[in-house]
Amino acid sequence: MADDVLFEFLHMEMVSHIYKDQASRGEMDKDRATCVSTLEGMGFRVGQGLIERFTKDSPSFKDDLDVMKFICKDFWINVFRKQIDNLRTNHQGTYVLQDNKFALLTQFSSGKQYLEEAPKYLAYSCGLVRGALSNLGMDCVVTAEISLMASCKFQVVIQKI
Amino acid sequence: MAVCIAVIAKENYPLYIRSVPIQNELKFHYTVHTSLDVVEEKISAVGKAMADQRELYLGLLYPTEDYKVYGYVTNSKVKFVIVVDSSNTSLRDNEIRSMFRKLHNSFTDVMCNPFYNPGDTIQSKAFDSMVSAMMVQVS
Repeated sequence: MADDVLFEFLHMEMVSHIYKDQASRGEMDKDRATCVSTLEGMGFRVGQGLIERFTKDSPSFKDDLDVMKFICKDFWINVFRKQIDNLRTNHQGTYVLQDNKFALLTQFSSGKQYLEEAPKYLAYSCGLVRGALSNLGMDCVVTAEISLMASCKFQVVIQKI
Repeated sequence: MAVCIAVIAKENYPLYIRSVPIQNELKFHYTVHTSLDVVEEKISAVGKAMADQRELYLGLLYPTEDYKVYGYVTNSKVKFVIVVDSSNTSLRDNEIRSMFRKLHNSFTDVMCNPFYNPGDTIQSKAFDSMVSAMMVQVS
């Protein structure tokens, strides 16, 4: 019954713990960057493990677009219980995933008040996507932005060596 | 009943190799290493034939006079290689597939272990015992 909410609470606690930890050590300037990278790193490792489990029975992916579709559908459903609402690409290695009601942000009140704080809560999910893609063989950079509360866009840029 | 089982990472270095007659270990390492070429060939060959769905099980890679080598690739490009004795003709395709299935399941468990860093050699006892169960029993 309360299953869905368990991870949301854990995630909120995770973010506040990491930020509290940094604050207690002083150095207000370097704060944001290290906190974000810590959260992203956690997401990365989890993403790798999750992908191993989810792709255990599915056949190999044909190309990058296939992988992104898998992320938008199966992966997102398994983690956030819904699909990505919109996937756009420029076919040159950049993909934009839009989620209109991102599960980890629904508890925030809508409106501009908390828009500034919201990116902290997206760092882990960015890491999750990056870890998942890296385990499938695609090295990329994932960033997220919010324009309107609970609706966010993840931008994935594939690094070509 | 396998004679040698190996898990090879995406970057083609071994994460785990175990063979039963410990004396000939180097020969098995060599066999597994050469089988990697065949695996790569199969992966890229199937890529061109985009019509059919790619399977993870690659089947018999190549037979030598003493041994047969089977391969399997996961979606994260981790390869499993099983070497079996040629004289053991009773082993059917299905049995090999089920061995790979078990390997994949155990590997997934190792991957999800928070104390395991992807890229390290596999030290897990559970994985070890699962592999031992699949190897030929030498008295």
